[in-house]
Amino acid sequence: MSASPAPRLGGLAVGDVVAQRTLEVDRARLVRYAGASGDFNPIHWNERFATQVGLPGVIAHGMWTMGAAVGVVTDWTGDPGAVVDYQTRFARPVPVPDPGVATAEVTATVGALDPEAGTARIDLTVVVEGQRVLAKAQAVVRLPA
Amino acid sequence: MAVNTSYAGRVYPPGEVYQVSAEKIREFAESTANTHPAHTDPSAARALGYPDVVAPPTFAVVIAQRAEGVYVQDPDAGIDFSRVVHADERFTHHRPIVAGDRLTPTLTVDAVTERGPLAMVTTRVELTDDDGAPVASVVSTLAVRGEDA
Repeated sequence: MSASPAPRLGGLAVGDVVAQRTLEVDRARLVRYAGASGDFNPIHWNERFATQVGLPGVIAHGMWTMGAAVGVVTDWTGDPGAVVDYQTRFARPVPVPDPGVATAEVTATVGALDPEAGTARIDLTVVVEGQRVLAKAQAVVRLPA
Repeated sequence: MAVNTSYAGRVYPPGEVYQVSAEKIREFAESTANTHPAHTDPSAARALGYPDVVAPPTFAVVIAQRAEGVYVQDPDAGIDFSRVVHADERFTHHRPIVAGDRLTPTLTVDAVTERGPLAMVTTRVELTDDDGAPVASVVSTLAVRGEDA
């Protein structure tokens, strides 16, 4: 567990950066996610298939990126069950090289506070090679007052 | 073949019960770099008040995508997976999913709309527990490129 105390709603202001993390993803990670999620679409593991359908190569599951990005939020809140709503649009594909890794920079910022509901909206930016790959990535978390 | 817009509004009968296991939660958490100990250590989960390990926020996609299969793999629905891009996804949790849950998915095709050369297909999977109480809602939109796009 993180040594920092659990965040409270009253201690937050819109615009606060609450967490940052660098994520790395390689082909082996995508195979593991395919198995874990049951999403075996070959564009996420088969170079030949991916290029045949017009992609630059194998791309990460959008759901991998979405699922990995929110880890910064659950570690920050200290309670994975605090996330009551989480949404995103998939703005750009994330090509995953072979050999090598794709690197994503995740930043979590307070986007809105709702003291009546006891929730904060945490906005996530996920940047790969200088471009945002998720759009409107928002996690609503329930926090103590 | 074009995407079949007549599927909009279709509600499917409840799907097979999904038994949530601690091992599947662990596998999913590790593959998505969700490192919070409550995903893998029952005592850490119990310290937070949960009966067993807690699923990461996007775990419900495992159950939802399986439930969507009855629709997206239906040849009459006209969804060519070589032309599909995932457009958006949303999870709403009424309570966290924990190991030991038995969840029943119910699939609805919320919308099938044509937008220029793209067809946008929005599905919603509602997960309920054995008491019929809502647990989570998973809304997903696929963009399907037309033959000329």
